[in-house]
Amino acid sequence: MVQFDNGAPIYLQIVQEMTLRILSGTLQPGQKLPSVRELALEFGVNPNTMQRAMAQMEQEGLVYTKRTSGRFLTDQPEIIKQKREDFAQAETKRYLAYMQKIGFTDTTQIIAYLQNMQ
Amino acid sequence: MALVEIENLSYQYGKLDALSDITLSLPQGEIIGLLGQNGAGKTTLIKILCGLLPNYTGQVRIDGQPIGVYTKSIVSYLPDKTYFRRNETIGGAIRLFRDFYKDFDEKKAREMVNDLWLTEKQKIYTMSKGTQEKLQIVFVMSRKAKLYVLDEPMAGIDPVAREYIRNTILQQYTQDATLLLSTHLLQDVEQLFDRAIFMQSGKILRNVEVDTLRAETGLSLDQYFREVFG
Repeated sequence: MVQFDNGAPIYLQIVQEMTLRILSGTLQPGQKLPSVRELALEFGVNPNTMQRAMAQMEQEGLVYTKRTSGRFLTDQPEIIKQKREDFAQAETKRYLAYMQKIGFTDTTQIIAYLQNMQ
Repeated sequence: MALVEIENLSYQYGKLDALSDITLSLPQGEIIGLLGQNGAGKTTLIKILCGLLPNYTGQVRIDGQPIGVYTKSIVSYLPDKTYFRRNETIGGAIRLFRDFYKDFDEKKAREMVNDLWLTEKQKIYTMSKGTQEKLQIVFVMSRKAKLYVLDEPMAGIDPVAREYIRNTILQQYTQDATLLLSTHLLQDVEQLFDRAIFMQSGKILRNVEVDTLRAETGLSLDQYFREVFG
């Protein structure tokens, strides 16, 4: 079972988690996905919620359906690349906001800090 | 089309209004939480749906039919109190269900009983409350019903038993059925629901798709519940 933030729509959190699995290599591009039922059980949500998440992923081009053989992850590198950039941007924004909050008011200060870390 | 259609439903216990003028429809294919504090009218509504309280006013239809023999045959009900007779064995209960309900999948029930490490000779009343609840959910979910009605299946049992019940519901639920689950404890079950119906003082306060509520309020069902009723 996956722990969700129950204060945000769960189907969107499933999309987020599945995308993360693609980006981190836990799921392979082009791979066949388990059935909605199996995924629903794995995530501990009801099949309708999982179906909604799959519909959302389909809309975003992350999965596609073959009429007879089921659902597959996209194998198109540009879609995955775009998602990687989206995720990187969201995380970076979060990071920058946090750094500013704790007193790194200038971006050059933050860059210097990052370089020192290496 | 809605599986359950309720129009202007009222019910009195003596002079007390347990339900007042409820109009509600439950869609087919959803898992629905029936939420409210004790005394809100959840159990009364459930008992009417299951054909146990005939003296209501208003209209109630399930699968297009008024409450009666047909609706009882397509509703699988888990009551808030145990329905097993004292001295009943597991095997006896399986035979009872088989004889009563055409849609009872005996093989599935036996498998699930096995998976619980129970044997059919065991007497039900000798088991812990948690195990009895597990067993009840096994029987109720072994029917291929159109409507499942579970009255407080999680009340008063430990977290492991609650998890078993939640998983059994998810494993056995099929999307062509509707499942109505009443509870006042939300932590363990809120990610099960498509929809939540909030009841208070015999009335429906709100009937809402859960992910819509989350997007709208930024609150979990549990938090929303506390805000509304707290």
